[in-house]
Amino acid sequence: MTPLIQPQDVPYLPRGVRLQGDHVRGIRVLQAPERAMQLDQIGEAILTELDGARSMAAIVAELAVRYNAPEDQIAGDVRDFLTGLIERRMVFVKDIT
Amino acid sequence: MKDQLQQPRDLDGNPVTPGLPMAMLAEVTHRCPLACPYCSNPVELVRAGSELSADDWGRVFREAADLGVLQVHISGGEPGARRDLAQIVAHARDAGLYVNLITSGIGITRDRLEELDRAGVDHVQLSLQGIRPDMADRISGHPGSWDKKMGFADWVTEIGFPLTINAVVHRQNMERLPDMLELAERLGARRIEVATVQFHGWADLNRGALMPTREQAAFARQVVNEGRIRLRGRMVIDYVPADHHAVFPKACMGGWGSTGLNVGPDGTVLPCHAAQSIGWMRFENVKERSLSDIWHLSDSFNAFRGTAWMPEPCASCERKTIDFGGCRCQAMALAGDARATDPVCSKSPLHAQVVARAEGDAAAETTEFVYRRMKKGG
Repeated sequence: MTPLIQPQDVPYLPRGVRLQGDHVRGIRVLQAPERAMQLDQIGEAILTELDGARSMAAIVAELAVRYNAPEDQIAGDVRDFLTGLIERRMVFVKDIT
Repeated sequence: MKDQLQQPRDLDGNPVTPGLPMAMLAEVTHRCPLACPYCSNPVELVRAGSELSADDWGRVFREAADLGVLQVHISGGEPGARRDLAQIVAHARDAGLYVNLITSGIGITRDRLEELDRAGVDHVQLSLQGIRPDMADRISGHPGSWDKKMGFADWVTEIGFPLTINAVVHRQNMERLPDMLELAERLGARRIEVATVQFHGWADLNRGALMPTREQAAFARQVVNEGRIRLRGRMVIDYVPADHHAVFPKACMGGWGSTGLNVGPDGTVLPCHAAQSIGWMRFENVKERSLSDIWHLSDSFNAFRGTAWMPEPCASCERKTIDFGGCRCQAMALAGDARATDPVCSKSPLHAQVVARAEGDAAAETTEFVYRRMKKGG
């Protein structure tokens, strides 16, 4: 999978995409146009960090500390997870220019 | 079959286990300024006088959310034909649902679109009938529709809604699919849904004018595949192929009564929008029963749940939990039996006949339409 995001890029949830609790099933979902995606704990942890200000690299560093895990491994997981969502237009990358 | 008070059962009496619905299609009206000859509304349209009120819809949305529905697709007809559409949208958001508005873009002014923004519409899906004024206006039967739609698309992106373009393709416009993708991209769409006409109801009356050829179906597939690579990360293409030319049927609704439900303008609850074409089936209404009871306990929703009801060749097929025997309405239309294997499946004994008929329709010379209209009077 060719990555669609670089470490210095700033990912964010665009309008029309939001995290929501599903009280009936007791899960967290990502709501987007015509799609509702069930999130596991890792997915939710990543998406909760998306504030439209910090870069993916900064988010990876934060998660590596919090989960006491090697930064390399977290970086790969985050990059692949976000690339999958960028492909589906559920995560956008901020235009820095 | 008697009502199912305790154990839900399919139409043969086999026990079934209902899951939870994710999505609800709310057809808030059948009124529409367009007259597309493939309209997915039933041929017998519901009149304005029988429509649920906005407050009725509010109750239905709350029941839907309690039942597990996450997204509502507010559609029609043209939902903008309802003066109280913003109130309906607000009720859906209050219930905690994600609101997709599915519209022709005709009859919603910029002011109203801003009102719908304030009411909480999450996403707008705009239908296009062609990529140029002449085609769009002819197919929709509405002169001037193209210009109005282009103006509407601009407002959608100016206000900031995510935009999906919905392009229904058929024999008379399939060659223009590459231009349609380009147009959707130019309009700033995040998604395009390319849906081949499904031949139920109105579209079935227009088979000779709409049925794509086998070559067109192959061309569309190729355009979609190439487009997905080229547009990766920029625009999503969702594709409903021409199933009369397929090897296996589509997994209609992801399985009958498994993840979705449809509530019509008068409150009739259907497992899919075409289900009323199964003439013997009785459907229930939210005015008489809770949505939860209808979902879990009604004969209509339980009829084709699970796999025990399936006849051969489905019963022994390794794909029976992949495509669920295909589309029940298509089985009704083509085999005269709603429980038959969907005749578009290559394993159906009727397959050769269905393909021959589709190829006959595809070769028809006609381009004339039977337009979707309400009958006069009433």
